[in-house]
Amino acid sequence: MRKSTLFFLSLGILAVLAAAAWTHAAYQRVQGQADLQERADMVKQLDLTDLCLFTEARYTRHPTQADLHSPFQDHPMSLEHFPSGSLLAPRKGIGDR
Amino acid sequence: MGTWFERQRNIIDFTLSSLVRRKGKNLSLLLVYTLLVFLLASVMFFTHALRKEASLVLQGAPEMVVQRMAAGRHELMPGRYLNAISGIRGVSAVRGRLWGYYYDAFTSANYTLLVPGSDAPVPGYISIGSGIARSRLTAPGDLISFRRYDGEPMVLTVQEVLSSGSELVSSDLILISEQDFRKLFGMASGMFTDIVLTVRNAKEVATAAGKVQKLLPDTRPILKSEILRTYDTIFDWRSGIIVVILSSAVLAFIIFAWDKASGLSAEERKEIGILKALGWETSDVLLMKFWEGAAVSLTSFLAGVLFAYVHVFFTQVVLFEPVLKGWSTLYPSFRLVPFISPYQVATLFFLTVVPYTVATIVPSWRAATIDPDSVMRS
Amino acid sequence: MIELRDIRKIFNAGKPHALTAVDGVSLIVNDRAVTVLQGPSGSGKTTLLSVVGCMSRPTEGRILLGGREITSLPERFLTEVRRTTFGFIFQQFNLVKGISALENVMLPAYPLGEHHASLKKRARALLDLFGILPRESSKAEWLSGGEAQRTAICRALINDPQIIIADEPTAHLDTKLSHEFMDIVGRLKSEQKTVIIASHDPLVYGSTVVDRVIMMRDGRIEAAGQ
Repeated sequence: MRKSTLFFLSLGILAVLAAAAWTHAAYQRVQGQADLQERADMVKQLDLTDLCLFTEARYTRHPTQADLHSPFQDHPMSLEHFPSGSLLAPRKGIGDR
Repeated sequence: MGTWFERQRNIIDFTLSSLVRRKGKNLSLLLVYTLLVFLLASVMFFTHALRKEASLVLQGAPEMVVQRMAAGRHELMPGRYLNAISGIRGVSAVRGRLWGYYYDAFTSANYTLLVPGSDAPVPGYISIGSGIARSRLTAPGDLISFRRYDGEPMVLTVQEVLSSGSELVSSDLILISEQDFRKLFGMASGMFTDIVLTVRNAKEVATAAGKVQKLLPDTRPILKSEILRTYDTIFDWRSGIIVVILSSAVLAFIIFAWDKASGLSAEERKEIGILKALGWETSDVLLMKFWEGAAVSLTSFLAGVLFAYVHVFFTQVVLFEPVLKGWSTLYPSFRLVPFISPYQVATLFFLTVVPYTVATIVPSWRAATIDPDSVMRS
Repeated sequence: MIELRDIRKIFNAGKPHALTAVDGVSLIVNDRAVTVLQGPSGSGKTTLLSVVGCMSRPTEGRILLGGREITSLPERFLTEVRRTTFGFIFQQFNLVKGISALENVMLPAYPLGEHHASLKKRARALLDLFGILPRESSKAEWLSGGEAQRTAICRALINDPQIIIADEPTAHLDTKLSHEFMDIVGRLKSEQKTVIIASHDPLVYGSTVVDRVIMMRDGRIEAAGQ
């Protein structure tokens, strides 16, 4: 087989897979609507304010409820010891009031 | 048209033969390139899906949450504050929330305990999130023993496990009755964790917040818009680890491009000279160089993006787990809905494929215009 | 028929180290004949060959190919002429390393977009003609001297050119292979091709196949033999 044929074939396969992924994503978006709605309803019903992503510390579990002091609750000089703390930016407007 | 296509194929044949000649180097180049795209695309997919999830799901979050602060720490809210706030014009509904954290020594996990505003479990019973059920291997009917604020044990029965579909908001939740909550934490009746309120006119929220603060200076209002904006910047490029990943990737790309852009080796130059002497035009040589760059970058891009898609949406971002999990023992199942931004994918394409391809063509420009005569006398 | 009128080729013109490689050469090369440019190194043979074969432009003078002036043709057209009319056999063979003999032979025709299967067939026929078909898949660097030379000849012939140009073809060959080469030249002549060779090897210019020997020295023709 010619090298260029092999190349186009591989690219073709990758492209087909990409199209399959795209279709899968579109399908999943439809399928996931019910679960999405369930989560939204639960948020409304329970007055939740955050997604449950990082359960390490209070301010990582509820970043929207945290204040500037939360990470330093333990000690004023306390360094960040939760990895997820480095993934979250502080809440917007946190210094305003 | 037929000849044009044949011409491309012929040139690609030669380009691939050329690449195969340095098989080891080019294979590792391909691999690393794919890995980089995979990393970037994984972060991109995960972040976008999560942000979209938050923006949709948190639409039902309370319009305003009011917290009380004392000495920089979160303080409990007395009932009279509730009354004060309900008196504010424009506020339509006020409710004191009861929620808190419980550290479970058994699983070394942090749970969030919450008293629902309506349909709370009856005293003696709790509903637990599926993350808790997973880590404790608990089923409805089982008992969980808690340690009260005064050291005494308190046993509660699991009446229900919250659905796994709601994990992203409820994985660590325990829904409990008000009575049990106050007994567990020793919180006097009339005290609340914080206050949630609804404003009659949505446009008046900021004004209402101002009124609350004026009325109760030791409180801090948090608006729903702020809640939503927090998640808009999750995994923002400025956050610690993301900066490290991004800069490593950028650095790696620069190294690749530099290797290509720093000019051709004598061998490569000679080869181009031979091609010119054989009758290849400058455009043919440049086309060859284009395909050399494009072959590697196109393949890497497609493969990297595909692997990233599988990684994020099929394996629940398994490779990032150590970072996302951190020290926590309770870890939600990141079954995200595949929201993908075509704009982001296109940007990634232009940032990865184009510079590399250009870096392959440009240094060859000079050599491609070489006078074939020099080959005769070499 | 190739006609050269007063060709001059000066390298680094205007600079202190300017070199006049070819200094006023006028020549007519006949079709279907074997012409040899003989002379010591530095005599301008290679330069003259490269000018004749449209590989470089003369500083002064005119070239006519089959009566048509090609001296000042734009680059693209010159390349076109070179590709279709001439086949080159370089002194060092200059095969592309790392690819097979077959691919080397097909290389000059790649940009023309010819149908791959027919091109391959033609290339294999050529390799077969010169007895090296069994080596078609061998990488260029693994070919012996004689095999490499024959591959270079096949490559020169792939576009079926009218004129073959060879620069010191026997420089890296032993006597036996040199004789073989001259046999091939004879065969090419019998196929109505024009052959121009630059060589200082007596085996070449003394061969019976050769129709005309032109002696060169210091960029000029000393004797344009018959």
